[in-house]
Amino acid sequence: MQFHGYQDLRSRLLSGELTCEQVITDYLQRIESSRDDNIFTAVFHDEAMARARELDNKLQRGEEPGKLFGMPIAIKDNISMKGAPLSCASKILAGYESVYDATVIERMLAEDAIFVGRTNMDEFAMGSSNENSAIGPVPNPYDKTRVPGGSSGGSAAAVAGDLAMVALGSDTGGSVRQPAGFCNIVGLKPTYGRISRYGLVAFASSFDQIGLLAANCDDAALVLGVIAGKDEHDATSSHHDVPEYDTTMDHVSIEGLRIGVPRAFFPESLNADVAGVVKAGLKKLEEAGAELVEIDLPESDYAIAAYYILVTAEASSNLARFDGARYGYRSPDSPDLSSMYVNSRTEGFGAEVKRRIMLGTYVLSAGYYDTYYKKAQQVRRVFQDKYREAFEKVDVIFGPTSPFPPFGIGDKMDNPLEMYLADVFTVPASIVGMPAISVPVGFDSLGLPVGVHLICNFFEEGKMLGIARHLQTLCQTVPSN
Amino acid sequence: MNYEIVVGLEVHCQLNTESKAFCGCSAKFGKSANTNVCPVCLALPGALPVLNARVVEDAVKLGLATGCTIARHSILARKNYFYPDLPKGYQISQYEEPICSEGMLHVETDEGSKDVRLVRIHIEEDAGKSIHDIGDDTYIDVNRCGVPLLEIVSYPDMRTSKEASAYLQKLRQIVKYLGISDGNMEEGSLRCDANVSVRPVGATEYGTRTEIKNMNSFRNVERAIEYEAKRHIEVIEGGGVIVQETRLWDADKLETRSMRGKEHAHDYRYFPDPDLVPVLVDDGMMHRMREELPEFPEDRAARFVSEFGIPAYDAGVLTVERELADYFEATLNVSGDAKASSNWVMGEVMRTLKEKYLDIHEFAISPERLGGLIKLINAGAISNTIAKQVFELMQEDEATPEAIVEREGLAQVSDTGAIEASIKEILDANQKQLEQYRSGKAQLFGFFVGQCMQKMKGKANPKVVNDILKSMLEG
Repeated sequence: MQFHGYQDLRSRLLSGELTCEQVITDYLQRIESSRDDNIFTAVFHDEAMARARELDNKLQRGEEPGKLFGMPIAIKDNISMKGAPLSCASKILAGYESVYDATVIERMLAEDAIFVGRTNMDEFAMGSSNENSAIGPVPNPYDKTRVPGGSSGGSAAAVAGDLAMVALGSDTGGSVRQPAGFCNIVGLKPTYGRISRYGLVAFASSFDQIGLLAANCDDAALVLGVIAGKDEHDATSSHHDVPEYDTTMDHVSIEGLRIGVPRAFFPESLNADVAGVVKAGLKKLEEAGAELVEIDLPESDYAIAAYYILVTAEASSNLARFDGARYGYRSPDSPDLSSMYVNSRTEGFGAEVKRRIMLGTYVLSAGYYDTYYKKAQQVRRVFQDKYREAFEKVDVIFGPTSPFPPFGIGDKMDNPLEMYLADVFTVPASIVGMPAISVPVGFDSLGLPVGVHLICNFFEEGKMLGIARHLQTLCQTVPSN
Repeated sequence: MNYEIVVGLEVHCQLNTESKAFCGCSAKFGKSANTNVCPVCLALPGALPVLNARVVEDAVKLGLATGCTIARHSILARKNYFYPDLPKGYQISQYEEPICSEGMLHVETDEGSKDVRLVRIHIEEDAGKSIHDIGDDTYIDVNRCGVPLLEIVSYPDMRTSKEASAYLQKLRQIVKYLGISDGNMEEGSLRCDANVSVRPVGATEYGTRTEIKNMNSFRNVERAIEYEAKRHIEVIEGGGVIVQETRLWDADKLETRSMRGKEHAHDYRYFPDPDLVPVLVDDGMMHRMREELPEFPEDRAARFVSEFGIPAYDAGVLTVERELADYFEATLNVSGDAKASSNWVMGEVMRTLKEKYLDIHEFAISPERLGGLIKLINAGAISNTIAKQVFELMQEDEATPEAIVEREGLAQVSDTGAIEASIKEILDANQKQLEQYRSGKAQLFGFFVGQCMQKMKGKANPKVVNDILKSMLEG
């Protein structure tokens, strides 16, 4: 069973050619046969089948189908769903089941989506390879010896393998975009505040955004339209109007588009193979009538430094609630309060999470706060100013999603600093809070996927998706599924 | 050497909002453990706080009432520490940019009046409760988690325990007048920590201070400060030094003791809470809050004197609490007699409240009914003595004073015939006293009045009794 995007599936469902039950049966079979790949942390077999039948009945009763009617969707395992386990791929949440739905889940349910399962990830979304998972790594669908990227590695692999039509991920510094680039799909991180974070387990609150992984831009836009918008449960969600994204996308033309090409995104160290594919994509846009504008942006190294100070600071506080006192893992070796805290957290968290908690605790400590946290906030403001200025001259900023192609499982696990550089091009958009997207543009000489990274101004998701759709068409990377 | 006590207070005032500071849970007390909870105050993964707008309004009101500068832009911060009754592992508070700063509280004591300066007032949330007295385990009640508090921090401007207590009472009066807290110290709605130090009189530097916690009444605040200052002086006089530490007041042993073991040098790692947006106070809110400020006690007392002509002392007593002052004014509205209303409220009403441990809002007699009672007296329908009986009966049901007088047959008798008849009986029965009176013992007049009133069960019009008795005695 193959579909040319969701509209194809939808029309075949609404015409009666297919039923939700048939579609979900097919997806669940594929999920079952890919079980060795460790992509899902939980599969909602019975629930998804029951819901499919319920939706089929709804259609038969002549009721209006929702905007996501019958769409099979996978959810990253850090977004709360009532009655489902929530693990964040961490031992510390062992046995925990959420008692409430995240706002995004509520909104998608109201539009008749079907959730097929929860996807693997780096523990608490900390990582760029999906290797920091308590339940083990996920192979890249294009080369099983390599990583799918992270932290939303399971979500990316699920969409790439057509185990879900769309997957929700979360993106703090590139966790949706980088795995999308590694898995040859579209990965969208909206403007900070565009989508409610209520129900998303916080890693770094001022960076975290729920994002979308999809095979094509139209499906991503459709789901974005459903889940975006103000939520009274999230003080940081924006009141900004949610436009009709399909209309906005249709109005985007490459002719006369000003594409900003910052030197900072094409450093010497950029993998030549990747650079070649990315520049070929840029050339196609230029040939289609876009105007290339060289722009100056601050070096991304500063972004990485500021980013790792700020996100670890926030994480050290956000993860304090996992203390063994009320839910999740409590060390059997807890004779008193102090040992309950120390042992539960020592045994419950993985190495990378502990590293970041310690870094964050350090940078917030008395005497270091001004040197690190305050300074990093200042850097953040500089980036925001520079990016705002850049958008006075250009419509979109263009670069590679990752400085290198998907790397081998285990290759960077012993060198966290090198691993952190995987996010060097995706972190700036997270620092400034602007929307960004990774678009598949082709393959390197080893046949590994290469993604282009586009950044647009605040709340210009529609325009950005329109540009991305053109680019995907020009590069012929729209899959047939 | 003579020493001077230096005291600064940190007061936590629990606001009486319907819902908690950062979620929709009820903020009311007295529910069974862990029932006023939701994903937010339980700190379940993924839950986010959203600030209750009422909390900001209450903070602005208290800031305005104490002459603070109101920050148009302030920041909620996280105070990080691990404790089982703190589910998030941090408390949401304010640190670098509080909502109110640099205010003043005017305090009166027997020794005179004084302006105590405020450093700041900031918003924060309460923690839960650890329960240690059930078996060997510790239990947690999360109901109180997230209940809104205002923390009011004074400068070390107080010099006696009486001033500290007066400051606290003044603060309590203000929050109650504003209607933002019940201000109850015993129940913990008003909690006070005192920073105490001593220094030689005339010195300009402060001594080393200790922080005293766990004082749950005004009396205990005074006692604890006095005890602690005396302890400081003894240590210093004995050649020792004061250790800066937190000490607990023990109200049974009447002493402070060191909280050793809990006294780590905490690094709370404050930073702005990234889940919350800056607290903004715009012109509109400032205007609205100014409009909503009540008439404060001093202004109200002055108005009672000028407008109603009651003594300044009475006006002071009646305005101590806003509810009492409201009660008095409502009584007066009906009775039309300020002095009588004031006497009744300060007399019978306050006596009853004290005897029955009631707050004025729990009192059974509405001001409308009390006003009606006063009107009956002034109309000559009942005497003051009978009115006191009616007052007691009015506490038992909702009937109007008129209905009670009617039902109980308490109406005043002004019928001269009936009064003459009973006086005649009394004179007949007390021949000896009558002779004594007629032979010059004039003070026996009162005896006959008393006998008569007794005979007529207090219902006789005293003026009529006087007139008739006089003429009959002369007779």
